[in-house]
Amino acid sequence: MNAAINSLDELLTHAHALEHEAVERYEELAGQMEVHNKPELAQLFHKMAALEQQHVDKVKSLAGGQPRRLAPWDYSWQTEESPESVPVGGGHYRMNPYQALSLVLASEERAESFFSGVATHTTDPVVRETATQFALEEKQHAELLREWLTRYPKPAADWNQDLDDPVSQE
Amino acid sequence: MGQAEVITPMYSSKDYKSTVKPIWCPGCGHFGVESSLFRALAHLNLPPEQVGIVSGIGCSSRIPAYTQCYGFHGVHGRALAAATGLKLARPELTVVVTSGDGDAFSIGGNHFIHACRRNVDMTLLVMDNEVYGMTKGQPSPTTPGDWDSKIAPGGTGVNPFAPMAVALAAGANFIARGFAGDPNGVAKILVEAIQHPGLSFVQVLSPCITYRPEEKFWKKTVHPNPVAPTRDPAEAGHRLLSDDGFTTGVFFIGDRPIYTAAVGVGEGSLDEIEEHLAI
Repeated sequence: MNAAINSLDELLTHAHALEHEAVERYEELAGQMEVHNKPELAQLFHKMAALEQQHVDKVKSLAGGQPRRLAPWDYSWQTEESPESVPVGGGHYRMNPYQALSLVLASEERAESFFSGVATHTTDPVVRETATQFALEEKQHAELLREWLTRYPKPAADWNQDLDDPVSQE
Repeated sequence: MGQAEVITPMYSSKDYKSTVKPIWCPGCGHFGVESSLFRALAHLNLPPEQVGIVSGIGCSSRIPAYTQCYGFHGVHGRALAAATGLKLARPELTVVVTSGDGDAFSIGGNHFIHACRRNVDMTLLVMDNEVYGMTKGQPSPTTPGDWDSKIAPGGTGVNPFAPMAVALAAGANFIARGFAGDPNGVAKILVEAIQHPGLSFVQVLSPCITYRPEEKFWKKTVHPNPVAPTRDPAEAGHRLLSDDGFTTGVFFIGDRPIYTAAVGVGEGSLDEIEEHLAI
């Protein structure tokens, strides 16, 4: 259960960090895919970063400027990082679009769950209304991603087998 | 959230990132460590030009290329020596040494011991993946002796190095362990490590998903230190020697005096010294 968030300021502080860190992680993943010559996946992660940037801008607009920032470990996440960030270790240089989309879908579902939890546990009606709206937007993203997932095959059992492992040298 | 510390935003983690894209394998724990370091520096509001990041050789040692801070990518195992010189010459800088288990504990093992003993005010951040990843998966000093691989069939049979216990015995002033999959937790440890005077040693368990794919399950193995850090080296030694190697948190906070460059007054002029040394 999320720690109760009972003011719009607290909600926007969390929402901004959540969306901003999602943008950063998606861009990081896009960079990883570019380095490992996976342009299709790089494009997907760039696209997700652009979508999440719209949420960052929306939160900033609602806050009337840059929301305040907490120490990274002081946010009320129930996950190691903000819920919409793909966890460290989530990527792989041999992953296929299905796996990449699954990672993104899981992130959107965690974000929806976070905002739904805030809406459920808050005592503040404005927070409830705003968090419900945020949760709905994340849910819409998740539904879109589920539809995208149907277009790609699931990975073969030996998807990560590589007879010539990478050497991280330039 | 009432107790949470509010930050006056001056720098964000992005301000410490260079435009060079990391060449680590996607999924590598080092991405998490890099995030932690930049979050810690942002939390401390340190201007990038007031931070020196010094490394040796290895996957972990690539970090100076990925940062806007001053960076020095040095010789294998010699990062601590270079960093010691930097800190003594420019004490106003925040100096962070980024290293790996091979670079810090094997090739640079002797520097590791004496850097702890010397206690210069800097932070040693070791990304420990228990393997030489850059050179395709040889066992490192921290690899369990029974790790069976194509390159070391049946394992090395050698007892793994215990870096935290060695650091304590050698005199490190702050000893902690983190997990790369918990970037915010590692950021918190790094903030404390950087702020604490003397040589702070932070070991971060950082999975190598390519050569040690089983390390992905470290996220299920790590567990937080159930007790507060101690200031008693004997108690810390007992805890470290009985630890399973997966406990995260701060173990030891010491109060030894830090080493600073003592500038003495030499005898004789430079010309006289030169004359004395002439063959």
